[in-house]
Amino acid sequence: MLGLLWLIPALPAAGFLALVLLNRRLDRTAAAWIGAGSVGLSALVALLVCGSFIVSPPAGDAYHQVLWTWMDVAGFAPNIGFYLDAVSVLWVLVITFVGFLIHLYSTEHMEHDEGFTRFFMYLNLFVASMLVLVLADNLLLLYLGWEGVGLCSYLLISFWQKDPQNVYCGRKAFIVTRVGDTALIAGLFLLFTQVHTLEIQPMLAAAQESFVPGSAVAVAAALLILGGAIGKSAQVPLQTWLPDAMAGPSPVSALIHAATMVTAGVYLIARTNVLFTLAPDARLIVAIVGTVTLLLAGFSALVQHDLKRALAYSTISQIGYMFLALGVSGWEAGVFHFMTHAFFKALLFLAAGVIIEALADEHDIFKMGGLRRELPAVFWTFTIGAAALAALPFVTDGFYSKDLIIATSLGSVDGNLWFYAGAIVGAFVTTLYSFRLVWLVFFGERHTEVSRRPRRRQLVPLWILAVLSVVSGLIWMPPWLAGFHPFETFLDTALPPIEFTGEYAHFAESALGALVTISVVVVGIGIAWLLWMPWRRGTHAFSESPAVRPLAAYWLGGWGFDWVYERVFVIPVKWFARVARNDLVDHVVDGIAWLNVAAWRTLSAGQTGRLRAYVAVAGFGIALVLAVVVLR
Amino acid sequence: MASVSLDHALVLAAILFAIGFAGLLTRRNLIVVLACIEIMLNAGGLAFVAAGARWGQADGQVMFLFVLAMAAAEVAVGLAIAIRFRQSLKSLDVDDADEMKG
Repeated sequence: MLGLLWLIPALPAAGFLALVLLNRRLDRTAAAWIGAGSVGLSALVALLVCGSFIVSPPAGDAYHQVLWTWMDVAGFAPNIGFYLDAVSVLWVLVITFVGFLIHLYSTEHMEHDEGFTRFFMYLNLFVASMLVLVLADNLLLLYLGWEGVGLCSYLLISFWQKDPQNVYCGRKAFIVTRVGDTALIAGLFLLFTQVHTLEIQPMLAAAQESFVPGSAVAVAAALLILGGAIGKSAQVPLQTWLPDAMAGPSPVSALIHAATMVTAGVYLIARTNVLFTLAPDARLIVAIVGTVTLLLAGFSALVQHDLKRALAYSTISQIGYMFLALGVSGWEAGVFHFMTHAFFKALLFLAAGVIIEALADEHDIFKMGGLRRELPAVFWTFTIGAAALAALPFVTDGFYSKDLIIATSLGSVDGNLWFYAGAIVGAFVTTLYSFRLVWLVFFGERHTEVSRRPRRRQLVPLWILAVLSVVSGLIWMPPWLAGFHPFETFLDTALPPIEFTGEYAHFAESALGALVTISVVVVGIGIAWLLWMPWRRGTHAFSESPAVRPLAAYWLGGWGFDWVYERVFVIPVKWFARVARNDLVDHVVDGIAWLNVAAWRTLSAGQTGRLRAYVAVAGFGIALVLAVVVLR
Repeated sequence: MASVSLDHALVLAAILFAIGFAGLLTRRNLIVVLACIEIMLNAGGLAFVAAGARWGQADGQVMFLFVLAMAAAEVAVGLAIAIRFRQSLKSLDVDDADEMKG
C-alpha cells in the first residue's frame, strides 16, 4: 500500500497536464470530471496509503520512497523522493480531502465562468505542488513545491485578469512572498554549506550533531527558514498580501489562502523543529511574530466591511496562533490547530462564497443582513464555522486546538505571561469578530435580494466541513476533560511532545486554566451580541462614535503597513527606475543603435534608383582599377 | 593595299566603346540603351578579332563567335525586359524605373 505514495501527487499533476493539453477540446462537464476527479482519486489513494500507515506503521514510523535521482552535480545529488511520517500524513489528508471538497464546490460555484477549464488547471497544479511540498524528502524538492504553490497562488488571485486591480493584487502577493522565499533559499544555501546535504532527515541529524545549541549558525539557519515561513504564511511584517489575495474566487481563498498554502510556513517550521530547538533565540522570535500577528490581524478583522477581507485577517490571526505554538515548542499544538483551522476556515470561505454569489457579488457585510431565513443551510454551517473560529467551548474543534495553544503559551518551558496574555486577548478579539460576522450577515433586516441559491454540490462540502469542524477536535482532549488523545500519540512519532514544565505549568494544564479561556469566549460572544446584534441599535452608534472611528480606520487599513511599505519601498523603487532609465549603459546601447541607423542612411543614399548613375559609377570604378593596373 | 595595323583597329575599338558608353550615360530610351550596349560589345569583339589577326591565332575569332552568341542572348532578355518595362511603367524612359531607391 505504501508503495502507492507517489500516486498522490502524480494524480493531480496528471489532471493538470490533461487539462492543459486538451484545454479547448473539453466541455465543462469533462473539465470538471478531470479537475475534481483527479483530486478525488488522489484523496482515495491518500486514504489507502495513510490508512495503512496509521494501522501498521512502518519501521521507524516513517516511509521513504525514492523515485529517481533528480540531478547529480559535484557530489550534490537530490532525489525526487517522498517522505511520509505523521506530520506529512496529516497534511496530505487535509490537502487531498479539503482540496477535493473545494473542487467539488467549485464545479458549481464557477459553472458560468468563462475560465472554467483554466480554473481547474491551476487548482490541480496547486494541489500537486502542495503535495510535493509536504511529501518532499529534501529541501530542494520542497522548495520546488514551495515555488509551485506560490505560482498557483499568483495565477489564481489574478484569475479574473480583465480587472487590473486583481492583477495588481496577484503581483503584490507574488512579490511580497518573494521576499520570504529569498530568505528561505539563502537558508538552504547556508545549511548545505554547513552539513553538505539537503535531504531533510540526514540534514537534521547532522545539524543536531554538529551545531552548538544557540550558536550563530543554528540561529541564522532557523531565522532564514523562519523568513520563508513568514512570507508564505502571511505573518508580520509580510502579512500585507493576504487581505488583497481575496481578489481571487472564493474557492481559491478557501483552499489556498486559508486551508493549505498559507500553512506551508507552519509545516516548514514543524518539519525543521530540530533546528529551532537548537536555536532558542529564533524560537523566541517565532513566538513574538506569532503573538504580534494574531493581535494585529485580530483587531483588523474586527473592523472590516468586506466579508472575505474579515476572514482573511482572521486567517492571518489564526496562523499567528500556530506560530505562537511553534515558538513555545508546542509543535504538536501548532499542527493540531492547522488541522482544525483548515476545516473551519475552508468552511467559512466556502459559505462566504455562497453568500456573495447569492447576493450578486455583494461583499459588504453591512449590506447583507437577515440571511438566516433565506439561506438556512449556509446560516447553520457558517455559524458552526464561526463558532469553531471563536473556539466555542466543547462543541467545536477550534476550542480544543486553541485552548491547547493558549495552555502551551503559558505552561511550556518557553512560555510566559506575555504570550499568554496575547493569546487570551487574541481569543477574545476572535470571538468578537467571528460573531460580529454572524450577527451582521444573518440577523436583522434584509438589505439585498437573494438572487441565487446553492445546490447540492455546494451544500454537501459545507455540511461535511461543518461536521468535521465539530468532531475533529475530539481526537485530542485536554487531560482534565478526558484521557482520550490518540492524535497526540500519533504525532509523537514524528514531533517532540509538548512538555508542561514551565513556571505556570500546573495552572495552564488544569481545568482552571481552561476556565479562563472558556469565560473569555463566552463573554466575547455576549459583548459581540451587545455591540452588533442588529435589533439593538448599538451597531452603528458604536463604530461611528468619535472615540472609535479613527482607530477603526487605522485598523481597517491594516495598521498602516501598506502605507509605510508604499512610501519606503514602492515609491523609491519606482523613482529610481525612472531616474535610472537614462543611465550610462543605456547611452552605450542607444549609441550602437544610432550608429547602425546612421550607416544605413549613408548607404541607402547611394541607392538612387537611377540606372545611368549606377553605370557612371561602375564605369568610373572600372577606369580607376584599369588606371591603377596599367599605370603602376 | 595598306595593311591595317593593330593600333588602328584598337583605336577604332576604343572609339566605338566610348561612343557606346557615352550613349549609355546620356540616353534614356531603353531601346537605345540596349543598342549602346550592343555597340560596346562589338567594340570588344573587334579588339578580339584584331588581336587574333595580329598574332595569327584563331582564338580571337572564336572569342568573337562567343561574343555574338552572348549578344543574341542579351538582346533576347533585354527586349523582353523592355516589353515588361513598357507594360508596367507605360514608358521606355529608364529614369522612370527608380522604385528601388533607398
